[in-house]
Order: sequence, then structure tokens, then C-alpha cells
Amino acid sequence: MADPITIPQLNRIASQVRRDIVRMVHSVQSGHPGGSLGCTDFMVAMYFRILKHSPNFNPDGTGEDLFFLSNGHVSPLWYSVLARNKYFDLEELKTFRKINTRLQGHPATQEGLPGVRVASGSLGQGLSVAVGAALTKKLNGDNHMVYVLMGDGEQQEGQIWEAAMFAAHNKVDNLIATIDYNGQQIDGPVDSIITLGNLKAKYEAFNWEVIESEGNDMNDIISNMTLARSLAGRGKPVVNLMKTEMGKGVDFMEGTHEWHGIPPNDKQLESALTQLEETLGDY
Amino acid sequence: MTKITYAEQKDTRSGFGAGLLEIGRSNNNIVALCADLTGSLKMNDFKKEFPDRFFQAGISEANMMGLASGLTVGGKIPFTGTFANFSTGRVFDQIRQSIAYSNKNVKICASHAGLTLGEDGATHQMLEDIGMMKMLPNMTVICPCDYNQTKAATMAIADHPGPVYLRFGRPKMPVFTKEDEPFEIGKAQILIQGVDVSVFATGHLVWQAIEAEAILAEKGISAEIINIHTIKPIDVETILASTAKTGCAVSAEEHQIFGGMGESISGVLTQHRPVPMEFVGVNDLFGESGKPLELLAKYGLSAEKIAAAAEKVIQRK
Ligand SMILES: Cc1ncc(C[n+]2csc(CCOP(=O)(O)OP(=O)(O)O)c2C)c(N)n1
Ligand SMILES: [Mg+2]
Repeated sequence: MADPITIPQLNRIASQVRRDIVRMVHSVQSGHPGGSLGCTDFMVAMYFRILKHSPNFNPDGTGEDLFFLSNGHVSPLWYSVLARNKYFDLEELKTFRKINTRLQGHPATQEGLPGVRVASGSLGQGLSVAVGAALTKKLNGDNHMVYVLMGDGEQQEGQIWEAAMFAAHNKVDNLIATIDYNGQQIDGPVDSIITLGNLKAKYEAFNWEVIESEGNDMNDIISNMTLARSLAGRGKPVVNLMKTEMGKGVDFMEGTHEWHGIPPNDKQLESALTQLEETLGDY
Repeated sequence: MTKITYAEQKDTRSGFGAGLLEIGRSNNNIVALCADLTGSLKMNDFKKEFPDRFFQAGISEANMMGLASGLTVGGKIPFTGTFANFSTGRVFDQIRQSIAYSNKNVKICASHAGLTLGEDGATHQMLEDIGMMKMLPNMTVICPCDYNQTKAATMAIADHPGPVYLRFGRPKMPVFTKEDEPFEIGKAQILIQGVDVSVFATGHLVWQAIEAEAILAEKGISAEIINIHTIKPIDVETILASTAKTGCAVSAEEHQIFGGMGESISGVLTQHRPVPMEFVGVNDLFGESGKPLELLAKYGLSAEKIAAAAEKVIQRK
């Protein structure tokens, strides 16, 4: 087997993916840079190191790990990482959110974009979908994992907790959920909107295995996702509370909800790009 | 009639925000709820001026509908604000049981309706809400055509007892109705009189219909343009009076044809006095990302398409 990709290599990819995100959102003057930049290191680690997957996209995903994106607004991140994994042509990133594109504002299956299995965008639904897919893996005797990424504001949706209760009750232990714990949502910090309180204790009370990680540290992501994988198969679903910084990598976007869903202007783009090394070649 | 023109373009959601603030000042019982979209719904001014009467529900729309229902018990008049999808589809049963069936005085205010929300794409482009809401007993359904009318409608529904669904949108569109023109729930507005075809439009497509009238006039066709800002109850009298004169009808709406305003009009016509009719709306499709006017063109909702439908229906007389 080939050596796994190294941490420095992953960090170089993440820098390029961040460039892709700000360029895509700038080009169409629409989209969500904040959450996308914050989750970049995680998504890169997943698709370049953790997931057992094939860019020869098979919608059923038989014999592969599955990834679902519940916080669909971080679509530019997902699209960049899929393209950089050769799921589709890099040039297609130019079409993000423009008419007739496969790269819809929120991930969709209708246009047949490789990598997307269920549409998302309306929040709160992805955990249920992931639990369902994990059940099918079990029914099919397929011992691969199901991963899902959600937002922290998204945890305010009741459906999340319906799914959490179901997954624990049914011992869905081939499921690893990650929460982008950036403490921000549209209207402000999560704690000022509807606080999640002790999220760890809540998931524990729902009978989940809980791990905590640093989502903007490649080492920490790899070691905790490896840990999460080792906790699977023991009768409990696993959740990874992953601390990130919204807007990570572009100083003026960092740590504020203001950049949840607005595009940079020309000058801001220029400033952002000077902070992000072009490592793999822009699309 | 004088030609309809406009001096500026504004978003209908800002009309909602302005109306909410104004009615909040004159009626202490008005309370507002929002599900993490205060800026998008233009509810910030109300929130700032009346912090005790504003409730941030977070991303929990089903919860918000239940809260609104409960707030009416004891006399509050709750206005809920979120996108049209999360105002209806996501919370249909909460509305059905706790608001419509229980006949509660809740005003469900829905922004970003239709294709014209643009780049966010199909997940957010609600095209089924008029159908769902008009089917509910006790529910009034209103879809104003521009900024001024949305502001007036927001204020009018506060004084109208019972559940109301108020639908509006995201992009800036021409403002062509008069400022401070009172809003009469249930009364269709004849914007341009004509004799050859009746065009019934709602929401953003009213402006498209006005532009269609100009296209038709150049060809010597006289179209009557009627703004159906209240979809339920529908103005049977105005519809029948117009079609008695013109003998044919076109509907235009930013919604699925199935279950839309056009279906309500065709119901009126077939029951009372059938005439040929054409439907301009989304034809059993989901939307997609794009710019508002690009999307109207691609999905057949532009002024040109309304004019073409008018010409076609006239041939069928
Ligand atoms: C059901 C639903 N309600 C509201 C929205 C609008 N919305 C999009 S993203 C967002 C905030 C999400 O917060 P979080 O999950 O923390 O993501 P982050 O802002 O951190 O990226 C909201 C309210 C939505 N997409 N779906
Ligand atoms: Mg967040």
C-alpha cells in the first residue's frame, strides 16, 4: 500500500482549497465562505486521508465509506474538495451557483453531480439521512462507515435530536457524526441565539460516544478521526465535537458570523488570496 | 389609464420590515419571531425598537410555529419570519394543527419565495407554498406585488383576525404601486384595463404582466392586467367581470402551476362561466441556481412568455 499522504501535504491542499472557496464565492458574488473556510481542514483530511472512497462515483456507495453534508451551505468547500479528488473537472468550479450548473447553491442530486447522494441546504435533515444510510450498510453486510458533517447552529433543529435518539436506540455504531463547533450562526454567536449548553453532556445523555477535537489542526483531526473510527462497532454512534474558527485562513473573515454568507469584493478577494498560498494551481 | 412606471427598485422583504415596524408602534400586541434570519427578513428594526416583543427562535421553525400559536392565547398577534420553505413545507403540520385548525391569529410571513431568490437554488426556492397554504381551512393567503404593497399588506393583516400567510421575496424589483395606498384584503386590483384578454398575476410576476401588456399593445392587443394580491379568498366578482368582457384568461405566478393561484382562478371560471385559459407558472419542475431574471426567463415566467400565452389564449376563443 502507498504511504498515506502527510500532514504537510494535507495542509498544502487545504491552502489551495481555501483559495478555491474565496474565488468561487467571489466570482458569482454569492455563497457562504465562513463555514466553508472553517471546515476546510476537516474536509481535506476526510477526502485525502480518512475516507475509503472512489472518485468513480457510485451513488449507492457499496463497499465504500459514505459522506453526507448536512450543513449544505458549505457547498463551495465540498465542491472544491471533490474536484481536487477528481470527482469532476476542476474547471467546473467556475460554474458555481451560475445558471445551468451542476454546482448548485446547495448540494443537489438533480443535475447528477458526482459525490452528492442526497440534497441538503434545508438544515437539520442530514443526520437522519446518514443514520438511514448506516442502517442500509448493516442490512447489506457492508462494513464501511457513514460520516456526516453538521453545523452547531443546526443542532437547534429538533430533527437532529430525533435522529440522535433513534441512532442510539438502534445501536447505529457504523456512524461518525462531526459537528462544526464554530460557535457562530447567521444572526450571531450560537450562545446569543439559543445556546447549546453542554453539548457533550447532551450527546452523552442520548447515549452517544463523544469525542472532542480541534478542527483547524490537521494532526488533531487525523488522530481524532482515527480514534472515532476505532470507537465504531461497539454498539454506540460516535459524535465528534470539532472546534473550528469560522472564516479560518482569511484574517478579516475569522471568528465572526458576519462572513457566514456574504461574498468578498474585489479588494477583499485580493487580500484573501495574498494570505493563502497557491499550492496546486488555481482552477 | 396612465401608463404604469416606476422610479426605483426595492425588495418586498424590506416592505415587510417597514410595515412590521410601523404596525408595532401602533399596536402593543404585535410580537415577532424569527428563526436565525433576522437580517434577511428585515426584522432588525423591529427587534431593536421592541426587544421585549421580539423572540429569536434559533434554527427551530417547527418550534417557532408552536410558540406563535401559544402566544395568541391571551391576545398577542405573532408575526413569524423565515424563508418561504421553512415557513410552510418544513412546518406544515404545526401550522395545520396549532394555527389553522385552532384558528389562531398568527401571521406567517415568508420571504425568499419563488425562483427569484436566485443563487441559493432549489432547496430554498419555494414553489409549492401557495398550494399548501390555500388548502388549509381558515387560512388567508396574500402575495403582494411590490415594496409599497408588501408594507401595506403587512399592516393590514395585523387588523385581520385569523391565520394569514404573507408571501414575499428577496430581490429588488420595480416599485410601481402608490405609497400609502391602503391594502384591501380580498379585493383584486385592476391595474390596466383591456378588452381582449384578462391577465391575472401575483407577486413579482405582476410587474412582468405589466411589461407583457406593453408588448401586446404594440401588436394591437388590449390586455387587462389584474393584480391578485389576495389568493385566498379569491375575488370571484372581479375575475368574472373581467373575463365576461375579454372572454379569455392568463394566470402568471412564481409558483408551481399545480396548486397555484391559476388553479384557483380556473376553478372560479369553470364553476361560473368557463373561458379558455393559459397558465404561466413553473411546470412541475424544481428550480436551480441563477440570477432572478435569468431564472424567470429559463422557466418561462418572463413578460415575453406572458405575452405569448395571451396571444395563444386569444386564438382559442
Ligand atoms: C431549516 C433551515 N432553516 C434556516 C436556514 C437558513 N440558514 C442557513 S445557514 C444558517 C445558520 C447555520 O448555522 P450553523 O449550522 O452553525 O452553520 P455556520 O453558520 O456555522 O456555517 C441558517 C439559519 C436553513 N438553511 N435551513
Ligand atoms: Mg456554526
